[in-house]
Order: sequence, then structure tokens, then C-alpha cells
Amino acid sequence: MAKNLPPVWNKIAKHAMMPETNHDERARYNFLANLNKHLAHVSQGNKMAFEKRVEPAFVKEKERSIASVEELNEAISKDSHYQIWSSLRRSTMEMRQQAGRSIVLRQAEELRDKAAELNKGKATLVLDANCKVPEYLLAVDNHLMPGSYHTELIEGDVTPAANYDSGIFVTTAGLLGRYNDGGGKAITSWVKKTYPDFAPKRILDIGCGMGHNVLPIARAFPNAEVIAIDTGAPMLRYAHARALDLGVTNVTFMQMDAAKTIFENESFDWIQSTMFFHETGGKSIYKIMDEVYRLLKPGGLTLHIEQPQYTDDMSLFEKFIRDWDALNNSEPYWSKMHDIEPIDLMVSSGFKKEDFMQIGAKAENDLDDGTQKADEPEDHGRSPIWNVFGAIKN
Amino acid sequence: MIDHIKLASSKSKGKRPYFHDDPAVERVLNITMAIAGELAVMRERMDSIERLLEKKGLVSQKEIDTYVPETKEEETQRQEWHSEYISRVLRIVQQEMEELENPDKSIADIANDIDKM
Repeated sequence: MAKNLPPVWNKIAKHAMMPETNHDERARYNFLANLNKHLAHVSQGNKMAFEKRVEPAFVKEKERSIASVEELNEAISKDSHYQIWSSLRRSTMEMRQQAGRSIVLRQAEELRDKAAELNKGKATLVLDANCKVPEYLLAVDNHLMPGSYHTELIEGDVTPAANYDSGIFVTTAGLLGRYNDGGGKAITSWVKKTYPDFAPKRILDIGCGMGHNVLPIARAFPNAEVIAIDTGAPMLRYAHARALDLGVTNVTFMQMDAAKTIFENESFDWIQSTMFFHETGGKSIYKIMDEVYRLLKPGGLTLHIEQPQYTDDMSLFEKFIRDWDALNNSEPYWSKMHDIEPIDLMVSSGFKKEDFMQIGAKAENDLDDGTQKADEPEDHGRSPIWNVFGAIKN
Repeated sequence: MIDHIKLASSKSKGKRPYFHDDPAVERVLNITMAIAGELAVMRERMDSIERLLEKKGLVSQKEIDTYVPETKEEETQRQEWHSEYISRVLRIVQQEMEELENPDKSIADIANDIDKM
């Protein structure tokens, strides 16, 4: 049997908000998941090309080794393998967006109506028309998603979230599980195991998007009041409808900027973010962490799941290839965030150095069809292997 | 009503990176990959049809897999299809060869020629 086959798209969990798909739309997603996987494997050739010809040619010409990521970028950009791999990878990401949007935009009104029906009269969805989308989100369409998280093509639009929900399974080849919630599940298990007596009354999830990672937390603490915030109204409408359809009722979704929330000082026991900070900005990241510190009760816990950090022992090539997605799959702040040490970020907001913690995490996956078990090379920027940093506020 | 076909193919913010020395290569590659995708979609659809035919007891996948042309006419039709298909796909290579064999004037030059005719 061939190794490393991605799961077929129809393994994705169905719920009321998941867009309808026809045969060919599912087949297109299957093609793209396989193409992603193929390129993740062929990508190992970049390292070979770098070591066997890019670096030797540089050394021969300049009589010294490559000194920076910038020099490496310039040298490798002339390599034919790197060129074809990069153009195929970029093309695959653009096709994934096109495929997802072609599914959701043709049914934009039906999806809007489904969300409106589920959300009708519910106090657990709080939208704020005066909430401004932060500049850092207006400056770029993260991961090549035209219109990003906030653009509304019709009134009451939910298509950005429907596109995200149906397509992230393709980009990650199902590695986040059937509900795309492998991150939320992993952090919930870690917290339960590490702090068995922890009984948070009030939990905040910042930058919740379509709410996929907050639901495992809300399920694990059914008596807690969970609040999930985001600035994108389409994401919140979809997230709220999706949560209700999946039977989770203890989450209130609110439209709010994480840098300036309306909550009182020291009012949360746990503040969580998942794959959020790398899509913020250089000044905002500090403001948001200040806000986290302000909102956290003494003794409260905060954790942030992020991309792996750069380390001093990491080779120039690894740093370079880790940044490929940041620059060419449009997640630009990620390439800058590497320069910030999480401990410095937290200490600057008031957390104590000795309270800082950092752990590794891997997605928990509920797919049990054997397609996810084979060892495979890390697909930089896509593999669900993360760095988690945080602190207990003392 | 939104133009869902046009909007599905919208560009995202930021100048698009090109990796090949000539952007034309990148353009053609993107079109080719989109067609490769649609061929995969068609193959999956065919697979669905074959499996449904088998489940309904009409034609088995084994029958399809072991099928070989049964008459000379069938053989000829199949090979003709392949021949024509390849010629159609590789049209430009053939035309470049013809041009090499028979160097041509540009149409602008021919226009000047015709102007004098």
C-alpha cells in the first residue's frame, strides 16, 4: 500500500454550516490534498539542491560560505529545482483558494440563511458594527485568501469561514482531524493532564476565527463561561452557528479587537490563542499581550499555540525554508515574529520570567483510517507540530 | 447576485511572486496545473461511474480492466484517437519544427509584401 495517502475529503465531519459539495468539487479537493502532500515530499529536494549545487557554487564564486538568509534566498532563487517547486507550491495554494471559493460563493445566500436561522435571537452571538478590522489584517490577505476573514460579499456573509472550514482539511491533508480541531484538543488534553484540579470559571479565546479550536475547550469545561473573540463578523456568524449545531452552548462569540477588549481587569481564569499571533502585527502583538495580562486573574493561565520558533542551532537553510510559507503563502508577520522571543514578549507585559513556560504540541487526530500514521518529513509551515508558550500570572 | 465565477478566481493582496526567470513559464505552468487538476477530477468521476456500474451488476471493473479491442476496426479507432490527441496537445512543437524547416517571414513583412501586390 502506498504510504502517506491523505484522507479523502468526505471524511471531514459534517455539520449544518459545512457547505454542500458535489462530486467534482470533492474530487478537486482530493486532487489538491494529494498535490500538497506530493510537494511536501518533493520539497526535500530543495535541501539536496542547496547542499549539492547552490552552496558549492556560492562558495566557489565568493570564496566564503553563505552568511545570511537573504544571501541564501538570492542564491537559491536561481536554482531550477527550487524554482519549479516554488511555483508549483504557490500554484497549489492559489488553486486551493479558487476551489474553496468556487464551492462557497455559489451558495453564499444559502449559507447566509442557514447561519441566520441558527443564530436568530441568540444572546451568545454579539456583533459590533463599530469594531474596526485591525490594520494588520487589512494590509494582507492571509494565506492567499482573497478578502481575508472580514470581507462581506453579501450582507450577513459567512463565506470566508465556510471556505476556511472546508479547505483547511485540504491544506493540512487532514492532519488536524475531522473537525480541524487538533490544536484545541491537544491543548485541552495538556491542561487537563498538567493541572488536574484546574476548574476555570471564565475562559477567553482570542482570534477564534471559525471557532474550531475553542470547542474542545468548551466541551472539556462545560460549566465554564467561554468567550471567543474575533474582528471578522463572517467568521463569528459561522462559528456561532457551527458551535450550536455541534451541541456546544457555553461559548459566547463576540466581535472585538483583542488589543482593546471591553472586559474588566482580572476577569478570566484562562486566556488561550491558537495560531493567532503570527497573523497580527509588530506593535499589536505587544498591545494584545498587555491586554492578556490585564484580563487574567492572579493565578490564571494563558497559553498560545504558535509556529515553531527559530533556534540558534537551526541551520540557515531551515530558517529559510520555514519562512517560505510566510512570504509566498502570504503570512508575512510570521517572518518577523521569529525575531521576538516569547519570553521577552510576555515579560514586557508584566508576566514574571520564572512563570514563563514553553512546551511542544502535536495535533490530536481522530482520523483512524491508517492514512495518518506513516512517518513523514515535516512540511514546514503546515505540519501540526507547534510551539506553545505561556505563563501562570503571579 | 454576486458573480461567483469571477470572484472565485480573485487575486489576494500583495504582489504575486514569480519564481522562474521568465514569468511566461509560470503562467503556462499555472494553466497546465489547473488542467491537470481537472483531469484528476474527471478520472475520479469515471471511477465513480465504473463502481456504480459494477454495484448495479451492469459492468464489472475487472471487465473494464481486462478489456482489449476485439476487432481490427476497434484497434484502429483507438490508435487513431491517441495519435490525434497527441498531435493536438503537442501542436506547437510540430509548428516550431515546420518553421525551422521552412523559415518564414513575419506577418508584418508579408503585409508589406502584399501591400505591393
